[in-house]
Amino acid sequence: MKFVDEYRDPAAARVAVEQITALARGRHLKFMEVCGGHTHTIYKHGIENVLPESVELIHGPGCPVCVIPMGRVDDGIALAETPGVIFTSFGDMMRVPGSNGNLLEAKARGADVRMVYSPLDALRIARDNPDREVVFFAIGFETTAPSTAVTLLKARAANITNFSVFCNHVTIVPPLKAILESPDLRLDGFIGPGHVSTVIGNRPYRFVPAEYKLPLVTAGFEPLDILQSIVMLLQQIRDGRCEVENQYTRAVRDEGNLKALEIMAEVYEVRPHFEWRGLGFISQSALKLSDAFSPWDAELRFSVPGVRVADPKACQCGEVLKGVIKPWECKVFGTACTPETPIGTCMVSSEGACAAYYNYGRFTKGAAIPVRSA
Amino acid sequence: MCLGIPGQIVEIVDDEQHKAIAEVDGVRREVNVGLVAGDPGGISVGEWVLIHVGFAMSKLDEEEAAKTLEFLKLLGGGEYFEELDQFRESTPL
Repeated sequence: MKFVDEYRDPAAARVAVEQITALARGRHLKFMEVCGGHTHTIYKHGIENVLPESVELIHGPGCPVCVIPMGRVDDGIALAETPGVIFTSFGDMMRVPGSNGNLLEAKARGADVRMVYSPLDALRIARDNPDREVVFFAIGFETTAPSTAVTLLKARAANITNFSVFCNHVTIVPPLKAILESPDLRLDGFIGPGHVSTVIGNRPYRFVPAEYKLPLVTAGFEPLDILQSIVMLLQQIRDGRCEVENQYTRAVRDEGNLKALEIMAEVYEVRPHFEWRGLGFISQSALKLSDAFSPWDAELRFSVPGVRVADPKACQCGEVLKGVIKPWECKVFGTACTPETPIGTCMVSSEGACAAYYNYGRFTKGAAIPVRSA
Repeated sequence: MCLGIPGQIVEIVDDEQHKAIAEVDGVRREVNVGLVAGDPGGISVGEWVLIHVGFAMSKLDEEEAAKTLEFLKLLGGGEYFEELDQFRESTPL
């Protein structure tokens, strides 16, 4: 497959790993990959297993499913159980636990919950069912927010009034800042989120080198992309440089996608604050529909409980999301919490650090189990 | 869900509504190309895009893709090509 296979070339990977080993010799460096897509690639392709011990990867908060707090899941389920509603959601959200079960269980109890691939599919369901109310559970960073925005513009243009959006879109820069302010974290650089950056570009990350003196390299999602971005980070450190660089030049332009940004500015406004699972409330970190789109805002059209629910005590998703502990260091990892019966969101999505580790890493990373039992 | 996949535009269905057909690994599906239609040169059949939740998010630049691979090759100098040769020779067909 073009744009995929050539970035999985084992010979090139071997050379990149040798470079990484040489550049990192005598050091111990921690790089955080911000994006859940990267976490998925790292585990799927066993990248941690081929890296030298001098380079450690910390898995960041960039999985949009993992950061949705329980209260918002409960709100989604309440919407799904509202009579007359068809509730549409991406597949990843279906098994995310709320305080009283998940969307699949709500479906089993009789709610009309439907999985969609695209927000446009949800709009189509609304058009085809004019006597029903169709709600779309919108989640995702700036990667996904433009798609919901385009869908809302289409709903307005076609005057589809039985469609609404339960908006949980979040933005990447505020949690990055929250992590950088976290006192118990030591990092040497960031692997920047590739897909978010196709939309926002590379400029919003300039505060990372400017204010926190850390390098950031925006990276693509194939194994060679990740390895190359690590080489670029190490080269910056070797040269005493500290800047924002772009490894994913085939998809990311410095200025981002201006059309997407323009549409987002029209459809959304920034929420004063939003709760993140494990990270707590972060100000100006999420999007809501602007006044012009209030007729399509599910939170205004229906009554949602809006009750804040504390994260389960046993679950350490927060520490995992901040990179303070590794997934296997959580007390319930792989025992009470598995992808089949997740307690925390990091175990639900395939992009969550815990699920990725459970599915791909658990039986190959020998060090994992001794660390946990030590 | 945040994953994006590269696909090739094989047909423009409706220019005004930004509907196109993209092919990903032999599978064809309608995608919305409104977010890339304003890029320099617009969007046309044969071009590659990054697809996320039914939308083309970004055009994939073949020249930049080639440069990235070139960087990886240069990284190892001649070693890359030696490795590649060894890899080819050592792979049973």
